[in-house]
Amino acid sequence: MTSFKVPVWGYWMMGIGFAAFVAMLVAYIRKNRGFRRPVFAAPYVLWLIVFTVIPCFLVAYFSFTDPQGNFTLDNFKNFWDSNYNARKAIAPEDLEMYQSMGLSLEDLGLARDSINIDTLVFSLWMAFLCTAICLLLGYPAAHIMADREFKLGPTLVILFVVPMWMNFLLRTIALMSLLEDGGLLNTVLEWLGIGRQKLLNNIPAVQVGMIYNFLPFMVFPIYNVLNKMDYKLSEAAMDLGCNKWQVFYKVTLPLSVPGVVSGITMVFMPAVTTFYISRLLGGGKVQLFGDLIEAKFLSTSLNEWNVGSALSLVMMVLILLSLGLLNKVDPDNEGGGMV
Amino acid sequence: MEEQRLITLEDIYKQYDGTTVLDHINLYIRKKEFVTLLGPSGCGKTTTLRIIGGFETADSGRVIFDGQDISGIPPYKRRVNTVFQKYALFPHLNVRDNIAFGLKLKKMSKDEINRKVDYMLDLVNLKGYGKRGVDSLSGGQQQRIAIARALVNEPEVLLLDEPLGALDLKLRKEMQLELKAMQQRLGITFLYVTHDQEEALTMSDTIVVMHGGKILQIGTPKSIYDEPKNAFVANFIGESNIFPGTMIKDELVNFCGTEFPCVDSGFGENAPVDVVVRPEDVLLVGEDVGQVTGTIKSVLFKGVHYEMIIDAGHSTWKVHSTTMQPEGSRVGLAVVPFNIHIMHRMEEETPREEQAK
Repeated sequence: MTSFKVPVWGYWMMGIGFAAFVAMLVAYIRKNRGFRRPVFAAPYVLWLIVFTVIPCFLVAYFSFTDPQGNFTLDNFKNFWDSNYNARKAIAPEDLEMYQSMGLSLEDLGLARDSINIDTLVFSLWMAFLCTAICLLLGYPAAHIMADREFKLGPTLVILFVVPMWMNFLLRTIALMSLLEDGGLLNTVLEWLGIGRQKLLNNIPAVQVGMIYNFLPFMVFPIYNVLNKMDYKLSEAAMDLGCNKWQVFYKVTLPLSVPGVVSGITMVFMPAVTTFYISRLLGGGKVQLFGDLIEAKFLSTSLNEWNVGSALSLVMMVLILLSLGLLNKVDPDNEGGGMV
Repeated sequence: MEEQRLITLEDIYKQYDGTTVLDHINLYIRKKEFVTLLGPSGCGKTTTLRIIGGFETADSGRVIFDGQDISGIPPYKRRVNTVFQKYALFPHLNVRDNIAFGLKLKKMSKDEINRKVDYMLDLVNLKGYGKRGVDSLSGGQQQRIAIARALVNEPEVLLLDEPLGALDLKLRKEMQLELKAMQQRLGITFLYVTHDQEEALTMSDTIVVMHGGKILQIGTPKSIYDEPKNAFVANFIGESNIFPGTMIKDELVNFCGTEFPCVDSGFGENAPVDVVVRPEDVLLVGEDVGQVTGTIKSVLFKGVHYEMIIDAGHSTWKVHSTTMQPEGSRVGLAVVPFNIHIMHRMEEETPREEQAK
């Protein structure tokens, strides 16, 4: 029943994009008289254009148009006030009539509603918290794993990697069954005499799920940097008069900044856009910005795709800004992040 | 004659995973001495240095520093500084901050730090490089910074772990002289680790030859070169002909099927010995007057001299001579008694593969 259609010019754009790509390919092959290595990147570039570049433009296009394809800023106004479109849909004379009957906008459910912004701020807060906790937990873990004298380091690395081989949904569902009322954790609590607690369907549960899923993305960039670091540097620092703590904050910490930066990037980005974890562990009570966008796109009403696109665009801009900021700290991208 | 001993190693024993790395080492280092630990890789020289620096602890034995046992003291409390093999400069700091690193930890005043760093930059000929990043410097410059960073702390002993290993030959020779000059000027004890015998001979006051976790010989460069204690030392320091022989009596030795008069005594009668003759000490004489005769198998031009391999029937001699003899010609070989060095046969298995080189 969705009346969504790719605009005519969208087909044109895809066509032009594809043609330009083929033309580039042909020109390249002719210039080099045969297939060279970059030619093998062609399938990926094609994939990128079709599934990343064009969709990005489509998101931008939908953000600035109404369902009829006319230019409008309403979607962003709707981001600011989620009842904006609904209020606009009511004829002014009807609104006047309702108000003359003594019904306020609140009564009609049409008053300014900042749920979009509130959710965004809440999502940013949750992502920030998740990143901070991952950093606090992950840095020491990475440091221990990279310690030359700690013989179990490689084993720990494997213990961190293996869970990542499992689908993250599966892991989250497993976490659900651990936390639920009759779950393992509550059984233990009961056995300890503390009694059953409400561990699921609340904000802490969502946070735990996020940390659980994203922690490895903090640990590995930091581990990589620390592991590659020349241990002679810490010996040199000790030789020059540093005790263990001074070695850490004068040498190890500054040199691990690239790893920390890419760890933060790799945790914050998925954390701020996450939506499924909150649904599973929040029991529908905790809504993140990702859930909001998802709901817009699953909705059947007419202009929700456009509003959802506007929300996505706001998020993209925010992420781009934060990436730009992080890139300033680690210009050489030593941490091997994905920026 | 008893000079002040700054560092004494007493019966140091160390093993890694069941392999003995240092086999009961005893060694002392005097004040203001330039001591070199010399040996092939894996001989334990770097481990010895690291034990003195505090980066490793010995399984048994003691390290005495200035009369105090420092075996259990961490590196940052020791009055020694190290120049590391690959310099280990801090990549996040510029040249000036690298050198000032140790001083800042001592809570010195800014002015004093600046003064000392400037003096050091001057000493290592890198004035004006203070603001440069360390990665932008050449190997030789990084090397100097590493030395400056260690010396600025005015250590009583400077430990140098193959500091010139990564430099090219010409730069290495220059730095050898510079280091020696620096050591004499500052009056600091240097403990230097290298596998390069020429480097050791050029720079040291005392050379400690190590092999297989043991000290084989301690002495001045001249005594080590002229009077090697055994075949390994003789072979490792410079080039040598090493022959198995028999000490017939004092001052008479038999090797290569001939009796040679020599100057050594005290080995007993008919004792098995190793005989060392340096290639430059073999004289090429007429076939009729030589103590041994042979055929020239090959001639190599080496710049200062020719290196000839001479087949003398049961033995092969390496000879350095400034005069060329054609390949295949018959010659006589003679050695003056003073140049024949007699050594006890090494009790344990002599590293034959090293000799074969």
